[in-house]
Amino acid sequence: MNVPDITSTNAMNLAEKRSAADLRRRQAAQKLSFGLFWLGALVVILIMLVVVGYVFITGFKSINLQFLTTPPKGGLSGEGGISTTVITTLYLVGLILAISAPLGIGAAVFLIEYQGQTQSGGKFIRSLLQVVNFGVETLAGIPSIIFGLFGYALFVSTLKFGFSLLSAALAGACLVLPTIIRTTQEALLTVPVSLREGSLALGATRWQTISKVVLPAAIPGIITGIMLSVGRIISETAVFYVTLGGSYRLPKNLFSGGRTLSLHLFYLAMDTNAFEKAMGTGAVLIVSIILINLIIDLISRKLSAGVRLHQ
Amino acid sequence: MQTKLKVDKAVKAILLVSASFSILIVISIFVFIFRSSLPAFKEFGIQGLLGELTWRPANGMYGILAMVVGSVMVTLMALVLGVPLAIAAAIFLAEIAPRGVQAVVRPAVQLLAGIPSVVYGLFGMVVLVPLVRRIPVTGNSGYGLLSAAIVLAVMILPTITSISEDAIRAVPRSYKEASLALGATHLQTIFQVLLPAAKSGIGAALILGIGRALGETMAMIMVIGNSVILPAPLDNNPLTVFLSQARTLTGNIAVEINYASGLHASALFATGVVLFVLIMLVNVSARAIIHRGNPSAG
Amino acid sequence: MNAIKLETHSYSLYYGKFRALEDISIEIPEKQVTAIIGPSGCGKSTFLRTFNRMNDLIPGVRTEGQALLDGEDIFSMDVVALRQRVGMVFQKPNPFPKSIYDNVAYGPRVNGIREKNVLDEIVETSLRGAALWNEVKDNLGKSGLALSGGQQQRLCIARALAVKPSVILMDEPAASLDPIATQRIEELIRQLVEHYTIVIVTHNMQQAGRVSDYTAFFFTDESRTGRLVEFNLTRKIFTNPQDKRTEDYITGRFG
Ligand SMILES: Nc1ncnc2c1ncn2[C@@H]1O[C@H](COP(=O)(O)OP(=O)(O)O)[C@@H](O)[C@H]1O
Ligand SMILES: [Mg+2]
Repeated sequence: MNVPDITSTNAMNLAEKRSAADLRRRQAAQKLSFGLFWLGALVVILIMLVVVGYVFITGFKSINLQFLTTPPKGGLSGEGGISTTVITTLYLVGLILAISAPLGIGAAVFLIEYQGQTQSGGKFIRSLLQVVNFGVETLAGIPSIIFGLFGYALFVSTLKFGFSLLSAALAGACLVLPTIIRTTQEALLTVPVSLREGSLALGATRWQTISKVVLPAAIPGIITGIMLSVGRIISETAVFYVTLGGSYRLPKNLFSGGRTLSLHLFYLAMDTNAFEKAMGTGAVLIVSIILINLIIDLISRKLSAGVRLHQ
Repeated sequence: MQTKLKVDKAVKAILLVSASFSILIVISIFVFIFRSSLPAFKEFGIQGLLGELTWRPANGMYGILAMVVGSVMVTLMALVLGVPLAIAAAIFLAEIAPRGVQAVVRPAVQLLAGIPSVVYGLFGMVVLVPLVRRIPVTGNSGYGLLSAAIVLAVMILPTITSISEDAIRAVPRSYKEASLALGATHLQTIFQVLLPAAKSGIGAALILGIGRALGETMAMIMVIGNSVILPAPLDNNPLTVFLSQARTLTGNIAVEINYASGLHASALFATGVVLFVLIMLVNVSARAIIHRGNPSAG
Repeated sequence: MNAIKLETHSYSLYYGKFRALEDISIEIPEKQVTAIIGPSGCGKSTFLRTFNRMNDLIPGVRTEGQALLDGEDIFSMDVVALRQRVGMVFQKPNPFPKSIYDNVAYGPRVNGIREKNVLDEIVETSLRGAALWNEVKDNLGKSGLALSGGQQQRLCIARALAVKPSVILMDEPAASLDPIATQRIEELIRQLVEHYTIVIVTHNMQQAGRVSDYTAFFFTDESRTGRLVEFNLTRKIFTNPQDKRTEDYITGRFG
């Protein structure tokens, strides 16, 4: 068998001539397009700078110690500061995490660590895992106003918790649950199997292995998930708008209503003409988000450094 | 040894219960929202809710068609404005930007993702709405579809960018090498090999972006005007439809639920059901389209 | 001896601070098969990828010395034009997730060929050139990924031929194939060499003996820096190596 000489057929020759002529055009096209891509990236940065810059510049004017330490006074002029809303936000963050972190971490541990267990009731567990994974995925895709509506229907109305910290915390916990489950799952998956096997081989039970070996190794990833949830809670408004009531006073107990920072911003923007105070509140929100992002970055940088050491 | 194993069993049971919670929540959400919407569906039927334009709770009129149109229009406009920039940024980050530049652009995108929606809404009210109001058309308040779509475009950009970037980065290196080795330029390699191979990931990013857009509530309330009207041109120029006010499904729920009762409340839950179905529809059809265009995958 | 197609002079390459190749001077003759052999990690792939500048993709790569194609400096050429003249076949077959036809037509298309009849002809001649035409001519619309490993590799060769290169670089092209598919690739190489200059990396010495006219032996020590130990006619390298290390390697005294 002989391979035909394909190096000088008409088509091949035509192709060669064409490509030489075409090269300039292709390279010009690439230059132009890459220029546009650079421009696009520049636009993205500009958008960020304009939004953040505007909020900071107008917002910082109204930020001072008094703004941070006095409660809002209510009314059309939006008098007062933001102290109670900061505290309410912190209450809510604490409550929501107290509910969702154990549940979410527990769920993730179950999903990852009991995956391989097929001996004891294997079929049941397997289908349960599937259903739960589906549930987490569905939850992650549900818009927050639906969580609000649900919280309103179940906690505010049916269970008669009213517009309260409790209702808001329960609805908020449902909202962040998928975030915590997913990030914890990912963190658990990065723990090498050899660590688990090593512990099990030494005669430790599965729970001892999880609590003494697997979870400690996954802590940074889990903290990342929790920080993401904190950011989500601080930013969230729709859920709390329909479950928390909106009183600017400090909540006295679980059954009092309240107002988070972002909810306060919303009320200031919609019901008063205190735009500078709204901007000040926005600046505080953005600063907290930046801080949270920094913490997450720090953790993930530590994490990848750790991974590099292991290899 | 016995107690150890007992503890193990107990812990497993506890973990099982916590895992079941997520599915329990999904079920309760379905049950509560559907059940609460039943009275409205019974009273007016699907036709009466989805086919009617007038929403006037005081007169017992609960048509949500205008809100469906409002949500869909503002979402489409946001996609038109936001998607090209979002995907361009993703391509830039994955393929073009030097490391140093990536280290600037990526945190910027990350920060955009983290800014609370009320802050975007406020920025829209204070900066965008006055700008849009300058367009000299009678009846243009500045509040409306255009301002809302711009705000929304910025809000969905980071989601679409970061997921698309991951999708492009996940394309096997060997495809890129093969294309370059054949004398394709980097640009040709991006458009003819990398993007087609990343298509389903980019599709997923778009679905997520659409879901976010349809689900966004507070920022929309703040800039879209909230009038329950079918968006229509303000004068003879058909383009002025983009200056029309509107109300989204999400806004309808949030604005009225706190003081609604009876059929009114039920109609708001029905609004939630419609929102939910809309998002599901987007998911399913988008997935179908992605699959059809990509027979070699999966 | 044939004209010199590819050559390097005192060529060194660094991955960041790590020197992967040092002081390599070689003259590779036209329309011959030149095999590059040596233990794994000695820089064979790195050296091969010099000739189509694939190393440009890796950040932090730096080179010293000269590399020439037809006497022209490779590094001052336009890299796209260079890669049209120097095709490459990779270790793992890497067809695009496209049809067989679109895989082969990819190169001509990016070069601006749109006419269906021209593309048809190029696809057919390239597939014939890669000895794949008879197996796929009725299934040109089938995904390239649906072919067997050996067929995929020949598809990749056809895809490279369609750009009309004068040099084809092959990096262990049969490493992932079974013996029968390997044999077909080796036969193909012997046929292609009538029209192309072929440089093939292999760690299989029998293969080097079977397919190549010339052999370059690369080696490295604890420094992990790759050096060219010996370059000669394959038959001389195998029967009468000049360097002790070459002899040890060929007789199997090194991994
Ligand atoms: N992208 C890279 N970055 C850093 N070092 C590399 C890279 N690719 C290869 N090397 C190193 O260069 C040396 C030569 O590698 P390679 O050319 O792949 O060898 P061979 O093909 O002979 O097995 C090895 O030590 C390898 O670890
Ligand atoms: Mg190699």
